[in-house]
Amino acid sequence: MIILKAQNISKQYRLGLVGTGTISDDLKRWWYGVRGKEDPFLTVGEVNDRSTKSNSDYVWAIKDINFEVKQGEVLGIIGKNGAGKSTLLKILSRVTAPTTGEIKTKGRIASLLEVGTGFHPELTGRENIYLNGAILGMTKAEIQNKEEEIVSFSGCERYVDTPVKRYSSGMRVRLAFAVAAFLEPDILVIDEVLAVGDAEFQKKAIGKMQDISKGDGRTVIFVSHDMNAVSVLTNRVIVLKNGIVDFEGDTDEGIKEYLKGENKQLRYEYHGLVNKPKILNLEIETSLPNNIHEFGKEIKFIFEIDIPYIVENLALSFQVVDEFNVPITHSWVFDADTQKTRNKGKYLFIGSYPNPKLYMGNYSLIVHLSNSRTKEKFDFLDSVCHFKIQMMKTVRSEYHWQKNTCKYIEKVEWLTYKNDEIESN
Amino acid sequence: MNRKDDDTWLYTISSKRKLIDFNFKEIWRYRDLLMLFVKRDVITVYKQTILGPLWYLIQPLFTALTFTLIFNKVANIDTGSVPPFLFNLAGISVWNYFKTCLTSTSDTFKSNASIFGKVYFPRIILPLSIIISNLLKFGIQLLIFIAFYIYYYSQGANINITSSLIFFPLLVILMGLLGLGLGMIISSLVTKYRDLKFLVTFGVQLLMYLSAVMYPLALMREKLPKVAWLVEYNPVAYIIETARYMLLGEGTIHYYGIVFTIIVTMVILFFGIIIFNRTEKTFIDTV
Repeated sequence: MIILKAQNISKQYRLGLVGTGTISDDLKRWWYGVRGKEDPFLTVGEVNDRSTKSNSDYVWAIKDINFEVKQGEVLGIIGKNGAGKSTLLKILSRVTAPTTGEIKTKGRIASLLEVGTGFHPELTGRENIYLNGAILGMTKAEIQNKEEEIVSFSGCERYVDTPVKRYSSGMRVRLAFAVAAFLEPDILVIDEVLAVGDAEFQKKAIGKMQDISKGDGRTVIFVSHDMNAVSVLTNRVIVLKNGIVDFEGDTDEGIKEYLKGENKQLRYEYHGLVNKPKILNLEIETSLPNNIHEFGKEIKFIFEIDIPYIVENLALSFQVVDEFNVPITHSWVFDADTQKTRNKGKYLFIGSYPNPKLYMGNYSLIVHLSNSRTKEKFDFLDSVCHFKIQMMKTVRSEYHWQKNTCKYIEKVEWLTYKNDEIESN
Repeated sequence: MNRKDDDTWLYTISSKRKLIDFNFKEIWRYRDLLMLFVKRDVITVYKQTILGPLWYLIQPLFTALTFTLIFNKVANIDTGSVPPFLFNLAGISVWNYFKTCLTSTSDTFKSNASIFGKVYFPRIILPLSIIISNLLKFGIQLLIFIAFYIYYYSQGANINITSSLIFFPLLVILMGLLGLGLGMIISSLVTKYRDLKFLVTFGVQLLMYLSAVMYPLALMREKLPKVAWLVEYNPVAYIIETARYMLLGEGTIHYYGIVFTIIVTMVILFFGIIIFNRTEKTFIDTV
């Protein structure tokens, strides 16, 4: 059964200073309305591409979005920053109305755009459970029934009668998520709430989410940047790009489509202002052109870094991540080891894996440049220098290399005995 | 999907809006939230203050005292047979209720933008909760009025309760609704035109002088007949005058004035709900 249906949803925003100088536009709108004509500003506006300068004062944050959600389905919505995810979520959760189009639903929608909405610092944890629960749409009786569970899930039993302003930020988030986790709407809309709390709590949160979607058969719309969480929780995704639906279908396909849309340049270059240590250039020396590398051969990562002032404790580290942004390796170099980067100037760092064991597939790099003592972050590159590992010339006769069987191949030494041989020894 | 299924949609999210989209069923479903907001407002305001709820009493007492000194002792405004302090206390308590209803509801959208931007509930719950929590404060202030009433009565002051007092609760509700309606109109407009915020703060102050708070309505007619119409067309003035008549037996009761007030309140409330409804759908884009 289709529980939710979105038809031609669009949302227009005005660029620049909203609020001032809009009286004339308002009057114009009103005048067109009085004469029964269509809003003149709906015909203008451009596709939402953040990076190009606009010629119009109006922009479509999302345009003509159509989709359906089945009862009990977990739908993922992914897209780059500014692709229109948040706008779509705000419309779904009735925080703002669409400019055109409509969404029909057969169930109540509760949204978790941010946990802890409406928490009042002066109220105690228990009072906030009630207030927050009611804001999210629960009745007092429902909250009363679940109060004990909520408190124990949050792990804040000791502090539950203390004002929330005395809580640590982590405790606040735990309590807020606990309230949200016990919501029982027909359709639950979730935005990035998993990116909170420590590792243990995140595990608990993902587990709870899985219970909600799989165990209880609830319909969930899940928006996230975390490709791992999306792939674990959802089986169908919508990829948004510049406000329009770029892809709709199977999660794994969708994630690949999404990552394909990322800036897939083979090397990274920076030409802007250097007012703190910056990575100017990053390339990978692969065994074949176009960042294609043969399994097992030496691979080099070449960083050019500009250090505009004296920095002690410079730390450079990079992770090789797979196409789901899951890190496979992590390598680093500290100034304490080289003691060479204490002065101003441009430096070349060449990191080499003499004998990499990455399995065939697509990879990219995440790079951190920071001060290892003050923890100040100088530079951070996400998903740059995409490269591909192929199993060329590494023939295996019995079976062909299959995709996605693993990420890493370790050399193994086998000792094989027959049972009676051991006994006789 | 067949045609029959199409009719079973629970609700539709769209840009089209009905003129009045007042869903009582939904508001009833959120009644617990309403009460929790009231509770929040009442118990958090004076947390970590030494005097706590006593502040509810200190404010009107000192204002009444100041008014008595300035308007009655210095400016010699005649309050008839009623002790001036009691006269002022009645006016101020009633006026304060209207004022706080108006000023706090007129801030609804702006001060709750962070909640409204994250989660949906019928937006009218918040202004309603303000009206109710202020009603509790008004009740406390009424207690202190009663205490002084008894004191003056035992001193032999010429005051008497009229039988019309049974309509006093209706008058309070009328006043709350007037504040709510005006507040909703202002809160909706403030989201777009911030200038109004400044207008409200000093407009409310001016309105007090036009609302017969520290003088009887009849006095205005007598002394300043040329501008008395300003007061006579002010529904708040009738509410305060009527309240004083009910509580103290002083002044006159104007039946046409009351009818006028009821009509004005209903019209303002009606427009308030319409404008509020229009704003609540998209204000988050402009605030």
